[in-house]
Amino acid sequence: MLDKMILGRYVPVDSTVHKLDPRSKLLLVFLFVCIIFLANNLVTYGLVGLFTLLLLMLSKIPIRFLYNGLKPILFLIVFTFILHILFTKEGELLYKLGWLEIYDGGLRQGLFISLRFTFLILVTSLLTLTTNPISITDGMETLLHPFKKWKLPVHELSLMMSIALRFIPTLMEETDKIMKAQMARGVDFTSGPLKERIKAIIPLLVPLFVSAFKRAEELAIAMEARGYRGGEGRTKYRQLKWQTADTLLMLSLVVLTIFLVLLRS
Amino acid sequence: MRITLQDVEYRYQINTPFEHLALHDVNIDIEPGSYTAIIGHTGSGKSTLLQHFNALLKPTKGSVTIGDRRIESGRKEKELRGIRSNVGIVFQFPEHQLFEETVEKDICFGPMNFGASEKDAKDRARKALKQVGMAEEILEKSPFDLSGGQMRRVAIAGVLAMEPDVLVLDEPTAGLDPRGRMEIMDMFYQLHKERGISTILVTHSMEDAARYADEIIIMHRGTVFKKGTPLDIFSQPEQLLELGLDVPDTVRFQLKLQKELGIRFERICLSVDDLVSEVKTVMGRGNQ
Ligand SMILES: Nc1ncnc2c1ncn2[C@@H]1O[C@H](COP(=O)(O)OP(=O)(O)OP(=O)(O)O)[C@@H](O)[C@H]1O
Ligand SMILES: [Mg+2]
Repeated sequence: MLDKMILGRYVPVDSTVHKLDPRSKLLLVFLFVCIIFLANNLVTYGLVGLFTLLLLMLSKIPIRFLYNGLKPILFLIVFTFILHILFTKEGELLYKLGWLEIYDGGLRQGLFISLRFTFLILVTSLLTLTTNPISITDGMETLLHPFKKWKLPVHELSLMMSIALRFIPTLMEETDKIMKAQMARGVDFTSGPLKERIKAIIPLLVPLFVSAFKRAEELAIAMEARGYRGGEGRTKYRQLKWQTADTLLMLSLVVLTIFLVLLRS
Repeated sequence: MRITLQDVEYRYQINTPFEHLALHDVNIDIEPGSYTAIIGHTGSGKSTLLQHFNALLKPTKGSVTIGDRRIESGRKEKELRGIRSNVGIVFQFPEHQLFEETVEKDICFGPMNFGASEKDAKDRARKALKQVGMAEEILEKSPFDLSGGQMRRVAIAGVLAMEPDVLVLDEPTAGLDPRGRMEIMDMFYQLHKERGISTILVTHSMEDAARYADEIIIMHRGTVFKKGTPLDIFSQPEQLLELGLDVPDTVRFQLKLQKELGIRFERICLSVDDLVSEVKTVMGRGNQ
C-alpha cells in the first residue's frame, strides 16, 4: 500500500550521482534552492530544467518509480497552478467566460511556480534517493562543523537526523502491518464516508505511537549499553573523499548561476 | 467456506527498483472444515500467502476464490468486508494491533465493524475472553497494562469474537510459555472440532503440525514444495532436513534408534503412544 512512497528512501544502484561525495550533494541541494529563485523567464527555467534532467539521468533512478512516488505531490502542484490561473489578474486578458478570467500573468506565474516546485522536489529527493542515510549524516556533520564555535550542537543534530532517516522505512513497514491487522478486523481505510475514514485513523495511530515510543526507548538503552557518550573524541570508520566529479559538480553549478544571472529578465 | 488459489504470483513493490517476487505458481485448495498447517523456512512466503486468504493482498497474477468471491489480479475489488468477516486472521505478534482504552472495547471492535450490535458484541467479548482462558475482571482494564502474553490472548480473543468461518493463524503462540502454548493450541483445535471452523496454521513447530493438521503444506522459496498428510510428509525426513526444517520429536527418536541400534521401523509414528507400541513390536520381534 505504501510501496510507492519514496520519501527518505535510498535506492542502491551504481551511478555517477551515487558515487559523489555527500558533502557536494548537500551543497548542491542548498545552492540549488537558492539559485532557482534567479530564474524568471522561459529560457532560465528551461536551463534549470535541463540541469535537473541531466542529474536525474546520471542518477539512473527509473523515471517511472520517481513519477509514481511523486504522484501525491503532483496534486499539490496542479492545485497551485489552478489557484494562480484563477486569482492572479495581471497582464493581458487571454480568455473570458462568465466569471472565469484567465490572464497572461496568471498563466505565466502558475506555470513558473509549479515548475520551480517540481524542480526543487526532484533535486531534494535525488539527495536521499542516491545517498545512504549514514553518508548524508556524515556529510552534514562535516559541513556544519565550523558552526560548533557558536555552540550549535552539530553532532546531536546529525545523530537525530540519521535516526529519523533510518526509521522512516521501519515506521512505514509498521504502518503497513497495523493497517492490515485492522483491515482484517473490518476497518476500511480507503473508501466510505469521510467521517468514517477519519475515525479509522485512531486504530492505526495509537498502536503506531505505542511502538514508536517503545522503539525509541529500546534504542536509547541499546546505545547506552554500547557505551555511547556523545560526539566528543569520536572518530569515523568511513572517511569522506572529495573527488574530481565533486569539483565538476560545483563548477557546473557556478556556470549555471552565471547563465541564470545573464539570461534572466 | 472453500478457499482456492490458482497459479498465484505475488510481487512486493511491483514496478519499482525494490520489486521482490515473494510467491509464484501457488495452487492451493482449502476445503471447508479442514485443518491445514503451513510450514517452511523463514522468508519462504508463508505470511505473504496468508494475506491472500482474506484479500488483504491481491495476487499480481492468477486468482483467489474465497467462498463465492473471486479475486483476480488487475481488477479493482470493492466491498471486501464480507470476506474479512468470514475469514479471521491472527497475525504474527497480534498484540501490536491493540488500541482501545479497555480490553472489552478492543475485543468488541471487530464484531461492531462487521455490524454486530453493542450488546451482542459485549456477549461475544465475554465468551471469547473465556475461550482464551482469561478472567472477566480484565475486561475493564487497559490492554496496555497487561503482560505480553496476556495481550496476545486478548488480541486473539478480538479475532475470535468476529466468529469467522475460517481462522488463519500466523504463528499464534510464538514467544508464549510452554503451558500457554498448549492451552491456546488446544483451544483452536477444539473450536475447529466443535464448530467446524476451517483452520490454517502457520507454524515452526513440527509437533503442532503433526498433532493437529489433516494436511501439511511445505512452502519453499515462494512456492508450494509439497502437500500431504502429516504421515506422508514426515515419512521422508531426509527431505525435510535438507530444506532446513525439522521432524517431530517422535520421528527424530525413531531415526536415532534406527541409526544406533540398527533396527528398522516399518512406519513413522507421530504420537508418543503410537511410538511406544511400535517400539514394543519391533523390539519384540528382535527378541524372538
Ligand atoms: N512489505 C514487503 N516488501 C518487500 N518484500 C517483502 C515485504 N514483506 C515480505 N517481503 C519479502 O517476501 C518474502 C516472504 O516474506 P514472508 O513474510 O511471507 O515470509 P515468511 O515465510 O512469513 O517468514 P517468517 O517465517 O520469518 O515469518 C521475504 O523474502 C521478505 O523479505
Ligand atoms: Mg511470517
